[in-house]
Amino acid sequence: MQYQNTMKVSFISKSQNEAFARVAVAAFVSQLDPTVEEISDIKTAVSEAVTNAVIHGYENGEGIINVSCTLTNNIVDITIEDKGVGIEDIKKAREPLYTSKPELERSGMGFTVMETFMDEVEVESIPGKGTIVRMRKKLNSLK
Amino acid sequence: MDIIYSVKRGNLIVKIYGEIDHHTSETIREKLDKEFKKQNVKNIIFDFSEIQFMDSSGIGVIMGRYKNAKERGGKIGVFNLQPQVERVFKLSGLHKIINQYNSLDEAISSLQ
Repeated sequence: MQYQNTMKVSFISKSQNEAFARVAVAAFVSQLDPTVEEISDIKTAVSEAVTNAVIHGYENGEGIINVSCTLTNNIVDITIEDKGVGIEDIKKAREPLYTSKPELERSGMGFTVMETFMDEVEVESIPGKGTIVRMRKKLNSLK
Repeated sequence: MDIIYSVKRGNLIVKIYGEIDHHTSETIREKLDKEFKKQNVKNIIFDFSEIQFMDSSGIGVIMGRYKNAKERGGKIGVFNLQPQVERVFKLSGLHKIINQYNSLDEAISSLQ
C-alpha cells in the first residue's frame, strides 16, 4: 500500500530561518524513521538551498521562501522556492567552487553539497521571477 | 552559539558550540578574526567536538581563516570532527589543505 504525506512551510528570508527550515524538514521526514546519516544529508541539502534563496535569491532583502516536502513510501521530495532575482546561468551556478559573490567568503559549494547528499537535484529559474530547487532522496534504509 | 578560546604554544584553540551555517558564520568569522588579531599566534586549531552541524558556509569560514593564518606563516588544524561535519569537509576538498587530527595534543605537536 502506498503511504503519502505532505507539508508546506513559508517564511521570510531571514538567515535565522535557515536553521528553522532544515529542522522543520528533518522533523517531518523523521516519521519514516530514517538513519541519522540520511537525516543529516537532508538537513544539509535544505540548509544549502534555503541559504541560496536568502543570499542570492533575495540578496539579503526581504521575500518569502516556500519549502514543501512530500513523502511517498521511502521517497522524499523537497522543493525550495523563492520569488527573487533568479539565476542567469544555472549551469555555471552549479559548478563546484563557483560563487557570484566572492566578496562574501562563500565557498561556492552549495549545489555540490545538494547534489552529493541527495539523489536528484533539479533547478528551475527565471531571471527576475525566481528559482525553484527540487530535490529527491530515496531512503535506502527503508525497504 | 558560544566560542571558547585558549592559547597554547603559539596556537589559538577555538571551540565552537552550536551549528555553523550562513547565519551563525557571520558572527563566528567576526569573533574569530578579532581574537586572532589580539593574540600573538600563528596557527588556529578548531575543536569540532561540539559542532553537530555544518554546511558549506563553514567551508568559507575555514578557508578565510586559513588565509589569515597563512599571512602569519601559520596553519589551520582541526580535530574531533563529527560524522556530518566530516562529510562536508571531505566533499569540499578542505581535507587536502587543512590537517585533521585525533586530539588537541596531536594537533599541537604536529603544527609546531
